[in-house]
Amino acid sequence: MTELSSTQPVTENRPSALREFWYYFSENRGAVIGLWVFAGFVFCAAFAPLLAPYDPTEQFRDHILQPPAWQEGGSWAFPLGTDPLGRDMLSRLIMGSRYSFFVGIVVVCVAVTGGVMVGLLSGFAPKWVDTLIMRVMDIVLAFPSLLLALVLVAILGPSLTNAMIAIAIVFQPHYVRLTRASVLAERQKDYVTSARVAGAGKSRLMFITVLPNCLAPIIVQAALSFSTAILDAAALGFLGMGAQPPTPEWGTMLAEAREFILRAWWVVTFPGLAILVTVLAINLMGDGLRDALDPKLKRS
Amino acid sequence: MFGYLLTRIGLFVPTFLGVTLISFMFIRVLPGDPIIVMAGERGMTEERYQEMVEKLGFDKPVLQQYWEYLAGVLQGDLGESFVTKKPVWEEFFSLFPATMELSLCAMIFAIALGLPAGVIAAVNRGKFFDRALMSSALVGYSMPIFWWALLLIIVFSGNLGWTPVSGRIDLLYYFPNVTGFMLIDSLLSGQEGAFASAVRHLILPTIVLGTVPLAVIARQTRSAMLEVLGEDYIRTARAKGLSPTRINGLHALRNALIPVVTVIGLSVGSLLAGAILTETIFSWPGIGKWMVDSIFRRDYPVVQGGLLMIAVIVMLVNLLVDVLYGIINPKIRRR
Repeated sequence: MTELSSTQPVTENRPSALREFWYYFSENRGAVIGLWVFAGFVFCAAFAPLLAPYDPTEQFRDHILQPPAWQEGGSWAFPLGTDPLGRDMLSRLIMGSRYSFFVGIVVVCVAVTGGVMVGLLSGFAPKWVDTLIMRVMDIVLAFPSLLLALVLVAILGPSLTNAMIAIAIVFQPHYVRLTRASVLAERQKDYVTSARVAGAGKSRLMFITVLPNCLAPIIVQAALSFSTAILDAAALGFLGMGAQPPTPEWGTMLAEAREFILRAWWVVTFPGLAILVTVLAINLMGDGLRDALDPKLKRS
Repeated sequence: MFGYLLTRIGLFVPTFLGVTLISFMFIRVLPGDPIIVMAGERGMTEERYQEMVEKLGFDKPVLQQYWEYLAGVLQGDLGESFVTKKPVWEEFFSLFPATMELSLCAMIFAIALGLPAGVIAAVNRGKFFDRALMSSALVGYSMPIFWWALLLIIVFSGNLGWTPVSGRIDLLYYFPNVTGFMLIDSLLSGQEGAFASAVRHLILPTIVLGTVPLAVIARQTRSAMLEVLGEDYIRTARAKGLSPTRINGLHALRNALIPVVTVIGLSVGSLLAGAILTETIFSWPGIGKWMVDSIFRRDYPVVQGGLLMIAVIVMLVNLLVDVLYGIINPKIRRR
């Protein structure tokens, strides 16, 4: 008993969870850079109409396929040049950040909510329900994600919303498996037993006792699937199965620009660069999150 | 080992049934009537419509339809393409070698560069090489490969004119299809320049398709190596005075390879997904392009059959990986 009381003051001196998280997160320089770039991306997405110099669908017929400002023939009126219809590339890219951000948020929210629910259920349900759920997830995982998303979009009809739904469905099994694995590990521990002995009901055990302790890997996975969602949505857009023209979605912009690749490098380069930088920033952040949240990798 | 094999195959059967169920359902949950879609803009008479309903079995109870579908699938009957009227099974296997060739080359490219990169990074942990390699790996991992393909085309096909933009071989060459692998067939044909042409067609798609696996393998190899390098037996080997090359290459890499092999095996699914994009961009006549084209042509039996075949291939490879893993690592077997 004396030992218990002597540990009391130590726990009070512990830094707050957020502080501790930041300490580990900021040790990874790449992660901090990623965070800044991501913040810039979110800022772009939030204030796109204010930041974009022109309307993204406005066509300047006199300035078709104008190169970027620093190249011969370019002008600072269109810093990144114009596309084959005379639309300002910069404005379209800035507006495009909105779609990518939206895709990431919606897909991650839907996939996490659904996946965590099913995973929790699977971890707590009787064995046969668990087996059934895991077999269904195996079946979904047997299909390559992009292919399944493509086919789902073929069923639902090509649009950005349907692409998001398809990608969210495809991502679901990862969260189910991840949550179930953590739940099974946590359920063995003494604090769960003591909560059960104290009379906690099943739903309290699931959501209040166990779930918070399973969140770390789920958060890391959420960050990583944010970037995968952006990539997949762009890929679907590129194949003509995502956002439809004239939506300034980055993948769709690339698809529209394909026939001009040898004549106008800028219409192809910039949208892809935007995707790459965003995805890279999020992945850098995800690596940092894993270092900070995963207790197994934490240096004690 | 036998028990492990048995349970693993036992798991395969329900998953296979589920996959057939999904591909069976695909054509039935489509909005609109597939028969009317098939008729296209010309439409069809009431009699012909009834005939088609009977032929496709849409007038029977759903359970019976599924049963007949499953029986057909097990005998290699995946229906006929709406467009070419050829059996889907036949079309699949005439195109599959092209995808297989591309995927194999991409995988070899990824392993040949990814393994050494991971080992070098792990050995030089925290130093310049490690940082440079791992930064490149993260860029590769984050790469939108459809854009990467376009960039490579701009540089190598457009500006430098080194590589062709599409197809598997120049139209100049014609030779019988023996193995379906262009590299082997062109060699067998003995025609001058045919092999070189096939190689030149293959380079860019290989790089594009191999980029993401390359990054994944490099990252995985590095972390597996780092884990192994901290083990006691490595310290023993060092204490014995073995050369670093021998320790890293022989003692460490061998054990680090176990998780890497798994990652390689499991990336078959993403490889096939990547093939969809790569083949579409490079007009590579394989399964991926076939699927995309069929989706656009609303050739539903092809989409249905292709979906099933691809899933089955992924499942078979996963099964193989699991079995191999059980052989390499006895700990798994006993679980």
